[in-house]
Amino acid sequence: MHAFGQILKTEAKLHLRDIPTLVLTVALPTLILVVLGLIPTLREPNPDFDNQSFVTYFTPSLLVVTLAMVAVNALPTVLATYRERGILRRLATTPASPLALLAAQLVLALVGILASAVLLAVVARVAFGTPLPQHPLGFAAALVLGTAALLAVGLLVAAVAPTAKSAQALAVPVFMLIMFFGGVYLPRFLLPDFLADVGAYTPPGVQALLDAWTGTAPHPLHLGIMAVIAVAAGAAAAKLFRWE
Amino acid sequence: MPVIEVTSLHKRYGETVAVADVSFDVEAGEIFGVLGPNGAGKTTTVECVAGLRVPDGGGVSVLGLDPRRDAARLRQQVGVQLQESQLPDRLRVAEALQLYASFYRDPADPAQLIDELGLDSKRNTPYDKLSGGQKQRLSVALALVGNPRIAILDELTTGLDPQARRDTWDLIERIRDRGVTILLVTHFMEEAERLCDRLAVIDKGRVVALDTPAGLVSAVVPEQRIRFRPSVPLDDRLLTDLPQVSAVTRSGSQVVVTGTDDMLHAVTSVLARHQIIAADLRLEQATLDDAFVELTGRRLAD
Repeated sequence: MHAFGQILKTEAKLHLRDIPTLVLTVALPTLILVVLGLIPTLREPNPDFDNQSFVTYFTPSLLVVTLAMVAVNALPTVLATYRERGILRRLATTPASPLALLAAQLVLALVGILASAVLLAVVARVAFGTPLPQHPLGFAAALVLGTAALLAVGLLVAAVAPTAKSAQALAVPVFMLIMFFGGVYLPRFLLPDFLADVGAYTPPGVQALLDAWTGTAPHPLHLGIMAVIAVAAGAAAAKLFRWE
Repeated sequence: MPVIEVTSLHKRYGETVAVADVSFDVEAGEIFGVLGPNGAGKTTTVECVAGLRVPDGGGVSVLGLDPRRDAARLRQQVGVQLQESQLPDRLRVAEALQLYASFYRDPADPAQLIDELGLDSKRNTPYDKLSGGQKQRLSVALALVGNPRIAILDELTTGLDPQARRDTWDLIERIRDRGVTILLVTHFMEEAERLCDRLAVIDKGRVVALDTPAGLVSAVVPEQRIRFRPSVPLDDRLLTDLPQVSAVTRSGSQVVVTGTDDMLHAVTSVLARHQIIAADLRLEQATLDDAFVELTGRRLAD
């Protein structure tokens, strides 16, 4: 336990020293929100979005940016780098388990995602009057399960990529698919129904996040799919992961 | 009683045999070297000793324990410095030692270790700002921070400049003086000759010799050479009549005498009796390098 605490503390320090990545993962969605919010028409209620403003409608999709950045980009890159540089292997020669390092990375990824979500929700509320998530329990469930599913996909990327470079190369298409189906590139109302539907079932499950934010309980099927993806991708990652 | 016993170790990667048949014992308190060219199976051998790899055949026992089955107990007592193993760029020297100290039940004092390894002025320096020698010393410090009984050091001085290499050798001797048994992997002759109490020469996955450095040299290349320029013409028979001398040849104005390692006194006595002065006299002893060439048929590439 002492060792895990020390690993967590050390890894937290290392993350805090990497300012560009920190800003990119925690603050980027909020920055995009602020930039969009500076355009007056995007702040006006619009019948296309149930009389919400575009900014409000788009906020849950921005959350997908953080989730994808942390889970599919940052996490696999760190782990692949640690493996490539022999850091995991060196750890394997000590009484500490490399699993402790993996656990610390997951904890820090979660903290980063939560910090980013809170920052986004608060700025959206204060600056643009976007209501806070209206179904808090449902939102928490959707966020936790969606994050778990994405982190598992990130671990799978880290497991199959032999080097940090290949992890990044592999992460790019996964990242883009997540952003596309999450309605980040094209707002989801512009997507054909079929593609928008697919987005409900690809991690992190933007439909569930959107429903919970606007006050509807997320569909159990949407949440269930995220749980299944988390378990399946997590199990595959555990099976394929190599310490060296 | 040996602290490390390796018996008929065998390890394959697919079709490639990395270690064919390696056996050796390491006694408590000694610096034991594993010497051989790149690809000889040195690293695989010590990785099996460290419990990082599972042997395909033969046995490994460390402190009477099995490196795989008793891994948890052994990791408390065996410090390992791996080849090409780095740390995160932004991790600082003192933080790295504190982190690794937290893994062990009875760790050394990180501050004292930093001091002993001459890293005191670098304690707050991030890893990527350290020189090669400093990184290597930090790596050794991490292997020692758990107060191990055995330290396994793989290619410790590869990539270091000559001064940093000598400093590291001093360091290893100090560690041994603290009672730590050291298993050292190297492909530098000079390093093996200077540091090791005994060494195993490994080639193509087999032990081809196992002895002290001096023992190895005299067993493999028993002869010495004396070169000198005689002050007056010299009759070869004066020297070839000596039982210690096996051959006398000429190289320009120089006489080259080959013989057993106790021939120097006999040769100089004969010269003195005949009032011949030996100018530019040089005694050439075989080195570990020569022994290695004899053993493996090639020179170690640096």
